[in-house]
Amino acid sequence: MNVAAVRPIQPPEASPAAAPAPEVLLDVRNVSLSFGGVKAISNVSFDIHRGEIRAIIGPNGAGKTSMLNVVNGYYKPQEGEITFRGKTRRRMRPHEAAAQGIARTFQNVALFKGMTTLDNIMSGRSLKMRRGFFWQLLHYGPARAEEIEHRRKVEEIIDFLEIEHIRKTPAGRLPYGLQKRVELGRALAMEPDLLLLDEPMAGMNVEEKEDMCRFVLDVREHFGTTIALIEHDMGVVMDLSDRVVVLDHGVRIADGKPEEVRRNQDVIDAYLGVAH
Amino acid sequence: MNGKGGGQVDDSFPKLLLRNARERPKRPAMRHKNLGIWQSWTWAMVLGEVRAFALGLETLGVRAGDRIAIIGGNRPRLYWTITAAQALGAVPVPVYADAVADEMAYVLEHAGARFAVVQDQEQVDKVLSVAERIGGLNHIVYDEERGLRDYDRTRLHSFASVQDVGRERLRREEGLEARFEESVRAGSGDAVSVILYTSGTTGRSKGVTLTAERCIQAARDTVAFDRLTDRDVALAYLPLAWVGDHYLNYAQAMVAGFCVACPESAETVKQDLKETGPTFYFAPPRVFESLLTSVMIRIEDAGALKRRMFHHFIAVAKRHGEKLLNGESVGLPGRLHYALGRLLVYGPLKNVLGFSRIRVAYTAGEAIGPDLFSFYRSLGINLKQLYGQTEAFLYVTAHADGQIRSDTVGPPMARVDLRIADTGEVQFRSPGMFVGYYKDDEQTRQALTPDGYVKTGDAGFFTEGGQLKIIDRANDVGKLSDGSLFAPKYIENKLKFFPNIKEAVAFGGGRDYVTAFINIDLTAVGNWAERNDVVYGSYQELASLGQVYDMIQANVARTNADLAAEPMMAGAQIRRFLILHKELDPDDGELTRTQKVRRSFVAERYGGLIEALYDGSGERDVATEVTFEDGRKGVIRARVKIRDIEPAPSVFREAAE
Repeated sequence: MNVAAVRPIQPPEASPAAAPAPEVLLDVRNVSLSFGGVKAISNVSFDIHRGEIRAIIGPNGAGKTSMLNVVNGYYKPQEGEITFRGKTRRRMRPHEAAAQGIARTFQNVALFKGMTTLDNIMSGRSLKMRRGFFWQLLHYGPARAEEIEHRRKVEEIIDFLEIEHIRKTPAGRLPYGLQKRVELGRALAMEPDLLLLDEPMAGMNVEEKEDMCRFVLDVREHFGTTIALIEHDMGVVMDLSDRVVVLDHGVRIADGKPEEVRRNQDVIDAYLGVAH
Repeated sequence: MNGKGGGQVDDSFPKLLLRNARERPKRPAMRHKNLGIWQSWTWAMVLGEVRAFALGLETLGVRAGDRIAIIGGNRPRLYWTITAAQALGAVPVPVYADAVADEMAYVLEHAGARFAVVQDQEQVDKVLSVAERIGGLNHIVYDEERGLRDYDRTRLHSFASVQDVGRERLRREEGLEARFEESVRAGSGDAVSVILYTSGTTGRSKGVTLTAERCIQAARDTVAFDRLTDRDVALAYLPLAWVGDHYLNYAQAMVAGFCVACPESAETVKQDLKETGPTFYFAPPRVFESLLTSVMIRIEDAGALKRRMFHHFIAVAKRHGEKLLNGESVGLPGRLHYALGRLLVYGPLKNVLGFSRIRVAYTAGEAIGPDLFSFYRSLGINLKQLYGQTEAFLYVTAHADGQIRSDTVGPPMARVDLRIADTGEVQFRSPGMFVGYYKDDEQTRQALTPDGYVKTGDAGFFTEGGQLKIIDRANDVGKLSDGSLFAPKYIENKLKFFPNIKEAVAFGGGRDYVTAFINIDLTAVGNWAERNDVVYGSYQELASLGQVYDMIQANVARTNADLAAEPMMAGAQIRRFLILHKELDPDDGELTRTQKVRRSFVAERYGGLIEALYDGSGERDVATEVTFEDGRKGVIRARVKIRDIEPAPSVFREAAE
């Protein structure tokens, strides 16, 4: 009776491989970003198809995290435009990006350390809460029904990420690998269209990395989420991603399937360094 | 227990399910935590689930006599599969879920499983990876959908979809429900009820074949013995394929009609224990030990007041707790003091551990330290020991309430015929006894005596109170040159109960006296060194300190005194010992991967040290090759000291001489 398999929160709207002309979910056009005299990103363009796993790679200081920050509205590029789900914009504030369906995790885990796993993930639902602060405070009537519904979604995510055993554990007491998983859970709680993962596997051991890879693939299969990730582990990038864009010193130097990128001379030079 | 159903004895598990659904339809039969909420099924609901699944399986082609492999954790649906298979006259074969593909292939092939019901994608993958090789496996049914979306569905079915087929049949075919019950009632108690494969620590695993009637008879005896009723609750967290789980959580639950709770996942067992508050509980000694350790660590971190209160009342419990539990007389001041302790310490502590409602708890599998055992009993937890094995369908002996000793496993259960052979081996005949190893008559013959007793392979003896005491594997038991019994594991266990001693290896077979290698426990002894400002640079240095030798000597002397008090063991006291210069390590082949000493290997590797133990020398230089974790090799050189120790005087020994 009650053990019916967990239904996907959101069914995938398009299969990544089957569609002949893939739908572009996010289109970044000629974006440039500078801080004072420092150019972080120069005239970079790339797109992300719905349902794909897109990797952004490059050596240290290439502008990868800046690029994510531009996409989710934290940085405002001086030039260029960004089209998300068909809507073009020059600038957007982070909470607007979040409301439109862009969620992210951070290079350094940014959880509420004193709150439990459950509450941390629940906080990802706050944008979905329709009742105001006053109703939630009363915890009565419709606000209560709503909270039960949110809790159910959160439990589905806890089940999905296999973190039942730490449901009530404060995030600060968890080992690093699990903190990363909880952070992914919080991002998933927003039911995003586009999930930005900033080095989801940094600092993990091989086993934790394998787990995380599986979760990333499962997220796409189960929730139909489009994923953009920054990652330094080339093995992970080549295995996971459908397409890879390579940045170096804020400039796009390659873009294509993993095997194409791997053979690209510019990429090899950027990583190994050449005498200029 | 009520064994009657429609004028006939319920001699199969599906018949018991029908009885439970009829007599206690609204009582909870099963609980499982899903998405953070405990879901319950009553006996009537379980019957509905099992019936739908059985009829679905029948449509898939399951026929009487087919073997159905069941692979996964403690999930309600897997328990229902067991009953559904039995209802069709098919034979459930639970397989250890952590078995690697090769082991699984062996069991599936040997059992000739045509169907497999498994928990999730991981198990589906394993079964698929071996399916080609073994052939004959027709269909796989899975419980959890996750990750299986893109799999080929021709031979793969979800549990729910098989049940849907069954439910659809119930709607369309008139009188099917009655026909189903009829066919269940027509089933024979002599039919094979389950095949349980042994874990295979000694060679290939063997399929222990058990019949329904015998299983149920055995379970009836123990249910009556511990007065289990349909008000009891158990938490099913032991491996599904292990006889203990099949007995405690399946057979007993069916017979008594009690509720079995399935944990949310293997990692949440501690939390689930607290939430379900079982009344019947089983755990191997190491679980009790790790629980105690975690309690002690938390207490040491607590404030001074709490810490003092805890230690004070634990001391009170030590004085009066066990006596109260055994129903012996305790003075009024003692009773009041204990009652206060229950209010302030024991009650809250038991609540945290999930032990508040325990009425009967068992431990088995290995020796349990007397201190550990009394700790739990002094809190008022009715912890007892049992001795059994798969071939007996678990119980051979068990402690009766009020007659508990930490060093025995109790008297024979009702209707169990137990004897000690001339070789010292324990042999039994019991109501739940197996009928044979599946497809292996040779092994079956070897396991039985000509007059039909099962050879356990364990050596033991009866104490004066008629309680059985297991001392060692029969093969390891030897004799000293003067004829005294020498049971190495028995001595080693006594030594290992001291916190300072991590591992011990006793020698003496065919020798004049007993000697021992000791491994100190780095945590415990290191902690002692820290507290007493003893400086040491390495394990080797700590192990060779005179003060450490003194401490260990006191432990060995205490062990000797214990041995001296036992008529069978008094002759095998330790005369000389040494503390090894390195820890025994599986990487060096000295321990198995399950941390058991490989006795003969150790004896060979440290032959020089054994020689020194018997030639009277006071120390010996050794060089031992070690393997580091990264695979490099190195050599440890040391001068190992040897201590002599006087045997404790023994009344029995004097009398014998």
